[in-house]
Amino acid sequence: MTAPHDRPTASELLQAVKEWMEQDLMAGVDGRLAFHVRVAMNMLDIVDREITLGAPMEVRHEEVLRGLGVASDAELSLKIRMGEWDTAFLQLLEALRPVVEDKVRVANPKYLR
Amino acid sequence: MAKLGMASGGELEHDIARVMNASEVTNLRRLSGGASRETWMLSADGSDYVMQRVRAGRPDGLGLEPQVLAAAHRAGVPVPELVVDGSESTELERPFMIVRAVQGESIARKIQRDEEFTEARGVLASQLGAAAARTHQISADEVSGLNQSDQLTMYRNVMDELGEPHPVFEIAFRWLDAHRPAHARQTLVHGDFRLGNVLVGSQGLAAVLDWELAHVGDPMEDLGWLCVRAWRFGGAHPVAGIGSYEQLFDAYESVSGVRPDFDAVRWWEVLGTLKWGIICINQATTHLRGISRSHELAAIGRRVCENEYDLIEYLTEMVK
Repeated sequence: MTAPHDRPTASELLQAVKEWMEQDLMAGVDGRLAFHVRVAMNMLDIVDREITLGAPMEVRHEEVLRGLGVASDAELSLKIRMGEWDTAFLQLLEALRPVVEDKVRVANPKYLR
Repeated sequence: MAKLGMASGGELEHDIARVMNASEVTNLRRLSGGASRETWMLSADGSDYVMQRVRAGRPDGLGLEPQVLAAAHRAGVPVPELVVDGSESTELERPFMIVRAVQGESIARKIQRDEEFTEARGVLASQLGAAAARTHQISADEVSGLNQSDQLTMYRNVMDELGEPHPVFEIAFRWLDAHRPAHARQTLVHGDFRLGNVLVGSQGLAAVLDWELAHVGDPMEDLGWLCVRAWRFGGAHPVAGIGSYEQLFDAYESVSGVRPDFDAVRWWEVLGTLKWGIICINQATTHLRGISRSHELAAIGRRVCENEYDLIEYLTEMVK
């Protein structure tokens, strides 16, 4: 819960909408529309996970970039493109792995091996 | 399969019967098709057919797809038989083609799980290998005017146009450019050869569909794309989630006499993963720029990271 807002929290609001979609909306639709409702429910889950898990992920992303001596993904991308990391890909991949895992953990946690 | 849409008023039936030289067209119904084409099912003189027609307001024609389909049929690839090539015709207002309907399932999770496909799952990887081998026996000049662009350069340009830099994708670009497969053949390539674009019956592969991305290039592109993790649809095995590299390669070799090179296939798998990641950015961008507002396209933007995740696995293994 984030002051000064009342309950339901942002996450609780999302879950309430999702329950309504799951229990009432889905019962009345099929085929393509049912697929689109499932997509929408999935999107609510992504937003919920981002609200719940996002803060430390943002910190970790910044720390990783700082450790690599850059301020942004764009700057790092440019350096890779210029060949500056050509002899240290393994080290770079290891550094980026936790950031990418964080993204997957929010977008689609079932995808993680 | 797809959802039934509106029926037509009767005039279209009449026009279709004329271009097919059929006495009567019945049961014409529109399926929900892709972004650029309409898809219609119909019956004519006792047989079922599928008509594809360019959507109203779309400048793109059917391209070379009818010619490619005919070439694939001649080469012995299981494809729907082309009945009318209307790519240059105005008789149905917009370019169209009519093919004989093929029975089969295209939805991946049904093919991977349903009881009726148990036998099919045992043979599908081999059948896909054989179909790819026959496709790749079609020479690069059999259909003239096919795109011959270098895939890596093409997606580099798309990536730059999108302006959403991803460090993992940049590593993939560098690695791919430095490790291109040597001595690649140049043949016709299907270009979107994967689960979802094939029809499967109880006996296995019934037809290879969706030839609109066919081009000239290294034939190993089709095998690599088939094995990209996204097209395994959650399955544990590399080929369409249900088969092994050995099954795929053995069948390919028995038809063509050419044993696919594992490293070349893996190179194309890495390129395919990068390419799917870029397509995901592109889909979300289509929504974000207002070209086509859609929550489904928006959601695909959050699948970009699945490809970064897979690329880290591939590249870690390959750089070592």
